[in-house]
Amino acid sequence: MQLILGDNQFFGVNHMSEERARAQAIRFQDNSAIMKVIEDAYSLGIRSFMCTTHDRIGQLVSKVKAAQDRFADFAFQPCMPYAHKYSDAVTEAGLLGALRRFLPEDGLLSAALRGGRSLARKDVEGVITLLIEAEMVAFRGVGTPTIWLQNVVVDLLLGMGFLEPFRIFESFVRERYGAQAGFITMNLPLLLRALDEIGVVDPLICANINKLGFRMSGGIDAYQTVLAERPFRAVAMSVFASGAIPPREAIEWIIDQPNIESIVFGASTREHIEQTVSLVHELS
Amino acid sequence: MIRVGVVGLGKMGLSHLSILGAHPQVTIVGVADASGYLVDVLSKYTGIRGFSSLEEMLVEVDLDALLVATPSRLHGPMVKAAIGKGIHVFCEKPLTLSPDVSRELAELAYTHGVVTQVGYHNRFVAPFQEMHRLLNGGAIGRVTHVLAEAYGPVVLKSKGATWRAQKSEGGGALYDYAAHPLDLLSWYVGEPIRAGGSVLGRVFSESTDDEVYSTLFYENGTSAQLSVNWSDESYRKMTTRITATGTQGRIFADRQEVQAFFRSGAPMAKGYREGWNVRYTTDLTDPVAFYLRGEEYSAQIDCFIDRVRRGEVAGTNDFSSAAVTDRVMDLISTDAAGKGVPASTSGSERPRARRLLSSRKSK
Repeated sequence: MQLILGDNQFFGVNHMSEERARAQAIRFQDNSAIMKVIEDAYSLGIRSFMCTTHDRIGQLVSKVKAAQDRFADFAFQPCMPYAHKYSDAVTEAGLLGALRRFLPEDGLLSAALRGGRSLARKDVEGVITLLIEAEMVAFRGVGTPTIWLQNVVVDLLLGMGFLEPFRIFESFVRERYGAQAGFITMNLPLLLRALDEIGVVDPLICANINKLGFRMSGGIDAYQTVLAERPFRAVAMSVFASGAIPPREAIEWIIDQPNIESIVFGASTREHIEQTVSLVHELS
Repeated sequence: MIRVGVVGLGKMGLSHLSILGAHPQVTIVGVADASGYLVDVLSKYTGIRGFSSLEEMLVEVDLDALLVATPSRLHGPMVKAAIGKGIHVFCEKPLTLSPDVSRELAELAYTHGVVTQVGYHNRFVAPFQEMHRLLNGGAIGRVTHVLAEAYGPVVLKSKGATWRAQKSEGGGALYDYAAHPLDLLSWYVGEPIRAGGSVLGRVFSESTDDEVYSTLFYENGTSAQLSVNWSDESYRKMTTRITATGTQGRIFADRQEVQAFFRSGAPMAKGYREGWNVRYTTDLTDPVAFYLRGEEYSAQIDCFIDRVRRGEVAGTNDFSSAAVTDRVMDLISTDAAGKGVPASTSGSERPRARRLLSSRKSK
C-alpha cells in the first residue's frame, strides 16, 4: 500500500468545518509552512504529492526543483483543473470567455491557431489538449508520473454522457508527458462503466473509499463489488471521512479492501504523517 | 421515464444537465441555448438534440418537465410558456425579478396543476435542514434574532462580461448571493413585514450591487440582519451561514456543520444536550445516487423528479415559496432606494449616503 500526500489541508479545504479550513489557510499561507510538511512527508518515506493546479503550486514546484538533491525521486501528481479558478472566470466572462482566458498566451502562434481552429470546428480535442498544456506549465522540470482529471470535471462530463474528453485526456497525457492518466470521481461504479464503453482499459481511478460510505455515490456495496470484481487500479481518498472515522479503524478497514494500490491523505503536521505511516505499516 | 428539456447552458444549466442525465428516471430529450455553439458541441458529442431557442424546443419535442437556467430576466416568459403547455418546471433562482410576476406564475402553475420548484439548494443542505428541524421544535425557545450571511469571491474587478454584471438582467449580489440566505430566513422565520437600513453597495461592479446589508423586521418581533458580499476574496468559495439566537440558546449552521448551544431547561431535541453540540455534514447528510459539487444539487433534482412522478403540486421550494423570497428582495431594493423611508427625517441623510456610495464607486 502506497501513501500519497494530498493538498486540501494546505489550501483551506476541509469538508467538515469552515473554521478548520480557515485556520489551515492561515497556517499555510506561507509556502515555507507547506514545504516543511512536504519535507516531513519525504523523510517519512512518502514520495508522491497529489496537488491541485492551484496558483501557488508553481511556487512549490520551484522550491522542490531548487532542492532537488534533497527530493530524489519525489513526484508531483497534478490534479487539473483547479475548478474554482474556472468557475469564477465563467461567472465573470462566460464559458467561452473563460476558455479564451486560460488558453496559453505565451506567443505560440501554433497553439493559438490550434485553439482557434478547434473552437471553430467545434472539436474539443484541440481545446482540451491546450488546456492541459497550460495547466502543466507549472510542472516543467519535475516528475509527473500521474496526471489526474479532477472530479468536478469527470463527474460533470460523466452525468452528461460527454465521454470523449476522457479518451482524449488519457491518450494525450500518455503521449505528450509519458504519464499515466488518472480520473478522480465521486461516482466510481458509474465511471467504470463509462470508461469501459469508450475503451479506456485498466484505468487509474481515485475515489472516496471509507468505512462510513461517505460520498461514495452508488453506495458502499456497489463500491466493494467493483473493487472485488473489476479490473482497475484504485486510489482511495477520504479514507478517514474528513475525520469522522478514527484513524486505526479507518486504516484497518481500507487495508482489508481488495485492489487498492494507494491512499491519498491530507496531513498538516509531522505527527499526523507519522501516525498514518505507522498504522499502514503495522496493519498491512 | 420523465422527459426533460434544459434551457440555458451556463454553469448551473450544465450542472443540472449532468445531474438529470445521471438520473435513472429521466431522459434528456433536448437542450436549448442562445449560444448555438455550445448546443452544437453538446449535440455533436452526446447525441442530445439541441435547439437555439426554447420556442423551437417546445415545438419539436414533447416534454414532461423543463429546467430553466437562463439569465434571470428571461425566467418569466419561459416559465409561463412551459406552464401554458402543462409542463412541470424547475427554475433556477431567483424565480423572477418582479415579485408580482412571481406571484402570478405561482398562481398560474397552481391553476394548471403543474409541479414547480426553484433552485434554492440550501434547503437540501443537511446542516440547514437540521437547523430548520431544531428551530421548528422550539429548541432555542423564542427566536429573537437571526444573522444571515453570504460571502464569496465572485466579482474582484470592475469589468464583468456576462449578464451577472448587469442589474437589469438579474445580476448582482442581491439576486445572485443574498437570495440564498434570504430564502433560508423565509424558511426559518417567515416573511418579514419591513426592511430597514438597507444598503446595496458597490465594491467593484459598474452596473450592479456587490454588497447587500439590511435589517428585517418580522410580525412576531423577531429581527434579522442580512450581510452579503460577493467581492470578498478572503473566502475561497461561496459561504452561506445562519446564526439564530433565542431565549433558550443559539444555533449556527453552514454547509459543513451545525453548532448549537442550549441553555439549561431548553426543550432538548433527541441526541442533543445542554451546552454545546456539534453535528457534522458527515453524520447528517444522506447519500445521493449521483454526486456533483454537493449532495444538495442532486437531492433537489431527486425531489423535483419525485414530485413530478407523484404529481405533487405543492412542495419544497415551489413557486409560491420562491415568490416570498422575491418579495423580500424587492422590499430590500425599495428600502435601499429610499422609497420606503418616511418623510419625517430632514432628508439630509439620503444625499449623504449617495455621495458616500459614489465616492466608493470611483475608487
